[in-house]
Amino acid sequence: MKSAKEILMAIQSALPGAQVEVVLNPSPSGQHSLRIDPASALAVAVFLREDSELALDYCSNATGVDWPDKEVAEKVKVAKVVEGVEQVVEETIKHVEPGYLEAVYHLFSMKKGPVNEPGPVVLRMRTVNRTDQVKLPSLTPVWRSVEFQEREIFDLFGIVFTGHPDLRRILMWDEFEDHPMRRDYVDPDDYEYEPTPHDEVLKRAEEQKAKAAEVTQ
Amino acid sequence: MLGEGMLKGLAETAKNFAGSFVSKGRLTTVQYPEQRIAPIENTRDFPFLIFDGDDAMAGLRCVACQICEKECPPKCIYITKSADKKPDYVGKAQFYPTRFDIDISVCMSCQICVEVCPFEAIKMDTEFELSTTDRFGGLLLDREQLAKSNEYYNTIHPTEAAEVDARLAEEKAKTEAKAKAAAEAAAAKAASAAAASTAAAIEAPKTKELGV
Amino acid sequence: MTATAFKSYRPPIIEADGDGEVLEVAMGPHHPSTHGVFRMDVALDGERVIRLKPVFGYLHRNHEKIAEKGSYLASMPYTDRLDYFCSLTNNWAYALAVEKLAGLEVPERAEYIRVITAELTRIQNHASAIGFLMQEMGASGTPLMYAFREREKILDLFEELTGSRMMCNYMRFGGCRSELPTGWLEKVKVIVAGFPAFIDEIEALLTSNEILMARAQGVGVLTPELAVNAGITGPMLRAAGVNYDIRKVDHYGIYDRFTFRVPLGDHGDIYDRYMIRVLEMRESIGILEQAIRDIPAGPIMDPKSKIRGFRPKVGEAYGRIEAPKGELGFYLISDGTSNPYRYRVRPPSLINLTVLEDMCLGQNVADVVLIFGSVDIVLGEVDR
Repeated sequence: MKSAKEILMAIQSALPGAQVEVVLNPSPSGQHSLRIDPASALAVAVFLREDSELALDYCSNATGVDWPDKEVAEKVKVAKVVEGVEQVVEETIKHVEPGYLEAVYHLFSMKKGPVNEPGPVVLRMRTVNRTDQVKLPSLTPVWRSVEFQEREIFDLFGIVFTGHPDLRRILMWDEFEDHPMRRDYVDPDDYEYEPTPHDEVLKRAEEQKAKAAEVTQ
Repeated sequence: MLGEGMLKGLAETAKNFAGSFVSKGRLTTVQYPEQRIAPIENTRDFPFLIFDGDDAMAGLRCVACQICEKECPPKCIYITKSADKKPDYVGKAQFYPTRFDIDISVCMSCQICVEVCPFEAIKMDTEFELSTTDRFGGLLLDREQLAKSNEYYNTIHPTEAAEVDARLAEEKAKTEAKAKAAAEAAAAKAASAAAASTAAAIEAPKTKELGV
Repeated sequence: MTATAFKSYRPPIIEADGDGEVLEVAMGPHHPSTHGVFRMDVALDGERVIRLKPVFGYLHRNHEKIAEKGSYLASMPYTDRLDYFCSLTNNWAYALAVEKLAGLEVPERAEYIRVITAELTRIQNHASAIGFLMQEMGASGTPLMYAFREREKILDLFEELTGSRMMCNYMRFGGCRSELPTGWLEKVKVIVAGFPAFIDEIEALLTSNEILMARAQGVGVLTPELAVNAGITGPMLRAAGVNYDIRKVDHYGIYDRFTFRVPLGDHGDIYDRYMIRVLEMRESIGILEQAIRDIPAGPIMDPKSKIRGFRPKVGEAYGRIEAPKGELGFYLISDGTSNPYRYRVRPPSLINLTVLEDMCLGQNVADVVLIFGSVDIVLGEVDR
């Protein structure tokens, strides 16, 4: 199996227009990934599948990741006139880094079979934002295995895959409106849950005990 | 020949049918509840609290650290920490739970509370006949119902309990040795003017280091 | 290269022949053959299936969200409930992913224990899968009861080792939870030695049975090209003739130390899937014999592993194993806190259903039940 860097070179030589970059993974797993831009994603996917050296014919896993808006505080030195004297003052500027949704694909090669270094080739794609521009090209035409998984991402994260043959909700029911796997998802009021001793059960248990005490008296 | 495979299969079922009357390995039905199969030592059902000594509430090993409450995956443990401290089984002043409830209708018998407990205070029971018609009174166990003696633990999980007891005895011995060493060190310090006790003063911190 | 110059795999479109109306049937969610709550929206032209859409989510409990709200350790008992037939392999897959994420080493003895428990799980899963398949074919009870009789023996072993028969919750990050009870390996040895007799029995009962052959041969054929493209794994893939077993490909754990063969099918039909499961049980027995013979003494946990306050460094990892039903993968993203930022299960059962429509189109409705049974799914894993 080639490393992420080598695959990047191969893609760039075959598809000069494609924008691809390596995303490093600092964990001991060492599974670095390739971020591809949505415009050329389908062409890159076809290249990865059809290229005789890579032959990544098996897309094992496809999933979404939600990265919400982040507030970043930065300390900047600014020249300011304070009480008639010009001074350099340190100020904290807060700005919001816009969030995005990400689709992650894990690829392997069945044709190549055993590999020396087991590890997937990881593809990532980002949407523009989390609200209205959430379209990504579907890779289902290239790898049929992501058909249900892209439906699941659509259902749980709200990424709309253009070119998907059958994009419907898969796990939640059709009338459901929110996307439960997003980080900012709030449970609706009619959410049915098993009460725990922290709330209702405790109260009702105490009532029961009081009642039982009355009966024995 | 057509039908040969089916005849072969029928011979197999006939063999099994006859065998089910004679073969001991196939006579596995047990007339529960009159008969019971031998209990398996590692079986786990629901957690209980261990106490030492005779008084269940005074001897509880639990110090209300609330780690199990935090780690419990279905969040079925509810603990209230005491305001005051009282001596535990080694004589050290500790907090104790004023309320320790486990809702066993939510509990999924995963044993994670047992694993995260640093004080060997919570263990898994093997009692499974807990059915009741009262969902809230009968299945929400409080600390009086949960408390069971160390002897009981020794009868249901003998191997595991022996290991735990050995570990606790070792810890206890260590704490005692540490206290003794500290006392010795203090004594040695007081007597440091005397030249004869200097060697002991060097010795004492060493034992203390090892004890930690 | 243009984006249109590649082959895309879609189920064929079958038209009704016109002499009669098309009947739309909802098979399930409460149908005895669906292994749980699962629905197939089938369009029938007479007896022939012309369209089929699987519908699921009835058991959806958002396992992934629950896991992201809890600590790494707190998800371990929930993995048992994915594929509740094979809780030990689920544990292993999750532990493997976390070990990759945190860089933990598993001691040798723990690796052997993992192999032994995983292969026992594989045997009991395949035995009951064959039993259920025959149940759906109309062989009411007999093969299933024979399979369950053997499965009980293995579940007793699991209870003795882990404390629970099905929800084992046994493996931990960097090893296993507890040491083997005394005499456990001897019991495994006895059961492993007795197991080939059971496989012979099942084979005598079924392999050359004319009814099974008539019902299963040439039905529900899956081509290798489609199987690879649709990400089918496990016995389904190997029955289609593709040599891909993650135990051989990844050598995860210590599988490179054992000699075993990967059985392959020729036709990719239901009969091949049955045969592959039988042969895989025989290979698993071989692995078990080697593992019991070679298991060393030693520690069972990585000393670096922590049970409290476990916080892997920032990063991500994908770990996968060959579960009895196919590739079970876990994808984890850590943001340095005690909870996983993203926790994803790659369920083999869900993805193996992708080709259900392709296999069923043009077949009789009675065979749909059979084809569905040969996929061997568990709804706890499909819906998560």
